[in-house]
Amino acid sequence: MKSDVLLRIGVKLILPYMLVFAAYVQLHGDYGPGGGFQAGVIVAGMVIVYALVFGAKAARQIAPVALVERLAPAGVLIFAATGVPSLFAGKRYLDYSVFGHDALHAHEWGVFLVEAGVITTVAATLIAIFYALTDREHS
Amino acid sequence: MEIYINAVLLTLLAVTSCAIIRQRSLFGVVMLAGTYSFLMASVFVVLDAVDVAMTEAAVGAGVSTVIFLIALHLTKSREYPKPRSAVVPLFITLITGFALIWGTSTLPPFGVADAPIHEHTTPHYLDAAREKQIAANVVTAVLADYRSFDTLGETLVVFTAGIGIMMLLRVRRRRGPAGGNEGEPS
Repeated sequence: MKSDVLLRIGVKLILPYMLVFAAYVQLHGDYGPGGGFQAGVIVAGMVIVYALVFGAKAARQIAPVALVERLAPAGVLIFAATGVPSLFAGKRYLDYSVFGHDALHAHEWGVFLVEAGVITTVAATLIAIFYALTDREHS
Repeated sequence: MEIYINAVLLTLLAVTSCAIIRQRSLFGVVMLAGTYSFLMASVFVVLDAVDVAMTEAAVGAGVSTVIFLIALHLTKSREYPKPRSAVVPLFITLITGFALIWGTSTLPPFGVADAPIHEHTTPHYLDAAREKQIAANVVTAVLADYRSFDTLGETLVVFTAGIGIMMLLRVRRRRGPAGGNEGEPS
């Protein structure tokens, strides 16, 4: 799977920009287009592009299978747990107002946590599916 | 102006679909499907659905193209030369297509501002988002605030789909005759 120099250098140049773009899409989702789902796919795309050029084995070293498969359920847990503190405060599930003193701040934190859960699950699940497919290729 | 862009994009979509039908090499089909996704993403941008366009471009044209290519690598990359009979599929397609076109005939015209969908809950969302200043991007406001339960469910669906695919793909590896190269269980 090792391809020529041009591809390898090109991918190495592009990856940091993909990461920054994913972070932008993730954190700027309140104001522009994007959010956890889109950022998660971009993060998964980074690993997949890396694996396409450097081989699945090299990709497994930066994003180990065990880590990816633990992150997928962890994202759902982060999202689900975001709603729990408001239950203890006597409010409704997923009411963000417990995360700060004024509504705007609290809301920002709430959305941040929820989106963190979404990006974790989406990215990890896509990478895990990719790994599961390339795994069959080897056997 | 917008109608010309739409016309060009939709024509290209139709051309791509015809090319996919005519194409016998599955590699070509996968590439054309990626093209189709990019064209569809452009249509979504024209329709001001940038969030959907990003997802379509990243998932439809990016990730699924790679997954299809891996699938081709694992199987064969040529379609069976001839389908047995084209009569029944053609009949079903014609019926479905006619039903869809008939169904759209009662919809409000394309791009009309006073369609029911824009008058029911949308003004409420827009006003509330502006008043409470919750999120400048109302799509995020709807996803993360008004319908946060839905989004939690969607995240769960993504996770469940991932588990399902991993279970499907791993079953044969465990039963497979080659017991040599499976070192790590997870």
